Amino acid sequence: MIERHLSNKRSARAEALRRAFYRFRQSRLSLIGAAMVATVVFFTLFGAVLAPFPEHVDGGVDTSNRFSAPSLAHPFGTNELGQDVLSLVMAGTPVSVSAGFAVVFIGSVLGVIVGALAGFNGGWIDDVLMRFSDLMLTLPSLILAMAVAAALGPGFGNMIIAIALAWWPGYARLVRGEVLQAREEVYVAAARAIGASPFRVLFRHILPNIVSPVIVKMSLDMGFAILTVAALGFIGIGVRPPTPEWGTQLSIARSYMPDFWWTAVFPGLAMFMAVFGFNLLGDGLRDVLDPRARR
Amino acid sequence: MASLLEIRDLHLSMHSFEGAAKVLSGVTLSVEKGQIWGLVGETGCGKSLTGLSVSRLVRTPPAEYTRGKILLNGTDVLTLDEPRMRALRGRRIGMIFQDPTTNLNPSFRISTQLIDVALAAARHDSKILGLPATAGRWARRQAARRLAIDMLTEVGIPDAATRVDDYPHQFSGGMRQRVLIAMALVGQPDLLIADEPTTALDVSVQAQILDLLKQMVTVHDMGVVLITHNLGVVAQTCTHVAVMYAGAIVEKGPIRAVLTDPAHPYTKALMQAIPRRDVARGALQGLPGAVPNLVQPPAGCRFAPRCILAQPSCSKVPAEHERAAGHLVACPVVQAAHHA
Amino acid sequence: MLRFIFRRILLILPVLFGLTVIMFVIARVLPGDPVGLAAGPNATREEIEALAREFGLDQPILGQYWTYVSGLAQGDFGTSIFTRRPVADDLAAYLPATLELVFSALLIAIVVGIPAGLMAAIWRNRWPDYLSNILSVAAISMPRFFLGLLLQLCFAMWLMWLPLGGRFPIILEPPPGVTGFYTIDALLAGDMESFQTACRYLAMPAIAMSLSPLATILRMMRAATIEVMQQDYVTTARALGLSPRLIVFKYVLRNAISSSLTLIGLYFGWLLGGTVLVETVFDWPGVGLYATSAIVAQDFMPVVSVALVIGALFISVNIVIDLLYGVINPKVRYQ
Repeated sequence: MIERHLSNKRSARAEALRRAFYRFRQSRLSLIGAAMVATVVFFTLFGAVLAPFPEHVDGGVDTSNRFSAPSLAHPFGTNELGQDVLSLVMAGTPVSVSAGFAVVFIGSVLGVIVGALAGFNGGWIDDVLMRFSDLMLTLPSLILAMAVAAALGPGFGNMIIAIALAWWPGYARLVRGEVLQAREEVYVAAARAIGASPFRVLFRHILPNIVSPVIVKMSLDMGFAILTVAALGFIGIGVRPPTPEWGTQLSIARSYMPDFWWTAVFPGLAMFMAVFGFNLLGDGLRDVLDPRARR
Repeated sequence: MASLLEIRDLHLSMHSFEGAAKVLSGVTLSVEKGQIWGLVGETGCGKSLTGLSVSRLVRTPPAEYTRGKILLNGTDVLTLDEPRMRALRGRRIGMIFQDPTTNLNPSFRISTQLIDVALAAARHDSKILGLPATAGRWARRQAARRLAIDMLTEVGIPDAATRVDDYPHQFSGGMRQRVLIAMALVGQPDLLIADEPTTALDVSVQAQILDLLKQMVTVHDMGVVLITHNLGVVAQTCTHVAVMYAGAIVEKGPIRAVLTDPAHPYTKALMQAIPRRDVARGALQGLPGAVPNLVQPPAGCRFAPRCILAQPSCSKVPAEHERAAGHLVACPVVQAAHHA
Repeated sequence: MLRFIFRRILLILPVLFGLTVIMFVIARVLPGDPVGLAAGPNATREEIEALAREFGLDQPILGQYWTYVSGLAQGDFGTSIFTRRPVADDLAAYLPATLELVFSALLIAIVVGIPAGLMAAIWRNRWPDYLSNILSVAAISMPRFFLGLLLQLCFAMWLMWLPLGGRFPIILEPPPGVTGFYTIDALLAGDMESFQTACRYLAMPAIAMSLSPLATILRMMRAATIEVMQQDYVTTARALGLSPRLIVFKYVLRNAISSSLTLIGLYFGWLLGGTVLVETVFDWPGVGLYATSAIVAQDFMPVVSVALVIGALFISVNIVIDLLYGVINPKVRYQ
């Protein structure tokens, strides 16, 4: 009896997945987004290896070849140190993407913990945690991240911590709302009735059922996280050269506009394409996984 | 002299994921001024679509009219373009829908909504406002407002002159339905289509609204099509009744003839399913079986699979026969028995 | 109504209190050496200690906090350790510039986004809808600072139509300050030439800021319109002969806007916090640029104050939005 119930549940889940996949394929834009994200992931894994001038990625310079315009040898031209812009842009992918992912991951974990605690316990715990999240949401997140990053000092890890600190309240609000809703569902009442511990109820019964909206938010946030990382680099409080980072490259290249526009345009375009891909994919995922939000 | 409304052999298909559903197949109905026709049937039988078709409010596609005519005062509305159709809506055809809470726009005063309908109707017939066609904007607006207040008074809104500027949420459900009736009648239509106008209301309020409808028919000299699933409402209100099943009318005629002498097996089943005081406990009968799939409907009579009288002759599309004056039944078995 | 406003305003106070606590903790608990930075690389130990004493930084943190908050109550935002100027004076100088930028961007976003969203909904699932969908995702994905650079490259450097940055030519006298918004001040003074100049300086930063909220408002408006068009009262309006134009522009628009309004409020806060990047690109003398330079110098007072002011503005705007919502939606008003 229980086994049949389980297998029914499993086949229902497979059916739902098939439907979701069908819907996803229906949307051409999400497919384009998926392809773009796949490209980004490819460069994240192999960008540094495939770069035509790996010595430039490691900080090597070629002063005899400064500011050469895009050509066959240097499709994106060279910069003020004679470094190949294409190589730097390719090598910048893993920096931005891993930083963006780390921010979203840390932010979502923190947010899920806070939101689940608040929603599941209710009462004063809920009040305190949510007032605090609201406060954090009121603060301008970019300025907050900048302040923390500046105080912690430059560096990859510090930058991620700084952004993630400003990132979790959105997840906390989302998860709290979902937990509050799930708490009233019949299956949760049933689990309680058969004597499951609150801990078990939360982790085995409630959290698995609110994964979808969290994943959707993560995929939609990925692009914004990459943007924020680049923004910190652009302001000059993030990773420092020679680590190849798109925002930093852009901020340096800025002073060589308009004559040497390629040093600025290509890192910017890379940034735009990566974020565009994640946003298209996130939109598609939302339509598929969270039909309530679909209009 | 043409009938007010004459629906002739109307066929409507609905194109969907599963194929074309033949939701209306051969609806024929004729309504005169002064008549109140009750259109009864269960959910999904096509009674609402018939009503919406008269105003051409069914979106095509996905819907498609495959055969038939809808003549309003002799003009086939299925051949009219959208602007000419719009000239009929509100002016010649008034409509009332089920839920009075959702059919009034919550963000606008009653007066605004009534005045706009009156002005739209007056664009096609300036006599509605009692003004010459050359009257200015301001004069028309004032006249429309007076008309709105008169109409609200007529449908029984107390203190209409002040309540006209209230918002919908300040009225009770029954009052809101009165407002919607006033809105439907403000253009002085010849035909009123009321789609389940009392279903969302309390029983006591239902009776008041139905009385109001009856009264409006005599005052305004209209024809009414009252769409409902409730035979009790029909018995209380209508002069005529048409019973629909799975996209076709199975029996129709004057109310007294049909209710005292129901002939079609479906009509009989419907009447047996009404709870009455004189029916013994446990004697109330439901109808076994389910509504047929309209993508691949049964050939011939669509009721045959659920019918206790079904015979081989039911596999042909049943023709109507006149049982008594104006009382038409579409069932070959009953026809044979009647003539025997 | 007045009571409602009063209660909402009272509710701001605890939030502001919370904001000061959070910012204070961040600025004091995290490592960093603002005094050392401000004193300069050649300062002696004694000079650094004197500076710390002057700014009260040798006090225990609770004492420092008390000094700051009691100053705030009298409108004193503290003193910048770097510029040695009162923060309140700086804010008064920079805040109007930021607000002018944010309001202009929001204005562009609303004026373009609402009609565009309405159009996308009317032509739902046809090419204008698809196009607006792609463009709006692209707009959201565009880094504002990169867009700003592209605009500069195009319109300031190559075409030379617009000034590269700044708010007003240094050699010219800005219009007499009344509101602090150069465009409005110029109009008030009847000085069309200054107005044009101010607009030319404002154009690129405002457009760069507006793109992302524009796209979001467009999408929200589209969704809201589609939802409203499916309501029963729209069917009734159609059934009673109202013209599609009247239905869309009078009945649907009002309902759709009222559901997009909350979003506009949220975006205001986002824009205020996000001016940093655009102000950096265009050298726009606003609080973003001010906060950035203070952050780089680890100059604590300006950062806390900017965050505080932005937070307060954000809450106030959302109160205004709540009130507007009541005006548009009669149901809320009467409750």
